[in-house]
Amino acid sequence: MAKKLKKAHSLRHIVQIGTAALTNGYLEGFKTGSIYTGPLKVACVPGLNCYSCPGALGSCPIGSLQAVLSNRGYNFSFYVVGFLFVFGALLGRFICGWLCPFGLVQDLLNKLPFYKKLKKLPGDKALRYLKYFILAAFVILLPSVVLDIAGQGSPWFCKFICPSGTLFAGIPLVAINSSFRPALGGLFVLKVSVLTLLLLLSLALYRPFCRYLCPLGAIYGLFNPIALYRFKVDKTACINCGACQKACPIDIPVFKQPNSQECIRCGACRYACPVGAIHTTIERRAKKSGIEQVYVE
Amino acid sequence: MRVRKHAWVVLTITALAFIAIGIFRNEAAVVLRKATMICMECIGLG
Repeated sequence: MAKKLKKAHSLRHIVQIGTAALTNGYLEGFKTGSIYTGPLKVACVPGLNCYSCPGALGSCPIGSLQAVLSNRGYNFSFYVVGFLFVFGALLGRFICGWLCPFGLVQDLLNKLPFYKKLKKLPGDKALRYLKYFILAAFVILLPSVVLDIAGQGSPWFCKFICPSGTLFAGIPLVAINSSFRPALGGLFVLKVSVLTLLLLLSLALYRPFCRYLCPLGAIYGLFNPIALYRFKVDKTACINCGACQKACPIDIPVFKQPNSQECIRCGACRYACPVGAIHTTIERRAKKSGIEQVYVE
Repeated sequence: MRVRKHAWVVLTITALAFIAIGIFRNEAAVVLRKATMICMECIGLG
């Protein structure tokens, strides 16, 4: 079982690395400290992938949403919400677990040995709501309401919080292109501090940013119960042993809530289940046992 | 259960319609313009 789980995690990391390479394949940007300016950037990518990353070939959906909302001509973005709905309706938070580059960074850091690994932070339940507050305040409200004299807003989430933008865009651009260095100041220090805190926390806690702060995860989580890709528990097979919850790095009672908004579809529960009761809506039913299966979704 | 099973189809169709409306409202151009310039605020310099 442990071997199977290791194999599954390896496959997931290969997909994560492949996706990160595919969506950040503009190598010239890394050489010159510039960004891709071609037409592909009209499309949003599914994960939190800053469009100012030197390699980025697509647009970050959260950055794009703020860009439209902070533009004085619009108070809603059909275009970006459309992308978010397509990704969410098809995959839900599978995107967080398998396709997000910042998720990959947190996954890899959590694999490093640390003197104390935490299952959750104190106040975990309340902290989970923080990402919805960040989505409402920093991504939607502040960019559309706080405007300068020209009627333009700011991308508040990107500016003050987004650690993905700092790691994949800010730090590489400043390191490669010296023309950015004179502009370094308090904001950069703040953003690097947020990033450092989250990276250090990732050593002890599995995916702290995704659990508590990510507005994109908050959106995709809402789709988990209705997305094309869902988990289902065969109640005729489940023995309520709790092995799924024990294996879950986010401590979700999968046997009760297979489609929790917090689940990033890493799949650890499926390999931990001693009776193989957790299935996905994509896979075919492997066995035709003749016994009717009763699913909880 | 049946509604939940097929909700993703309705949502996907709605989403594609939203994208088309967004293109018609010139939102795609706003996204492209923002994404093809280095966002100084996003990288912590603005």
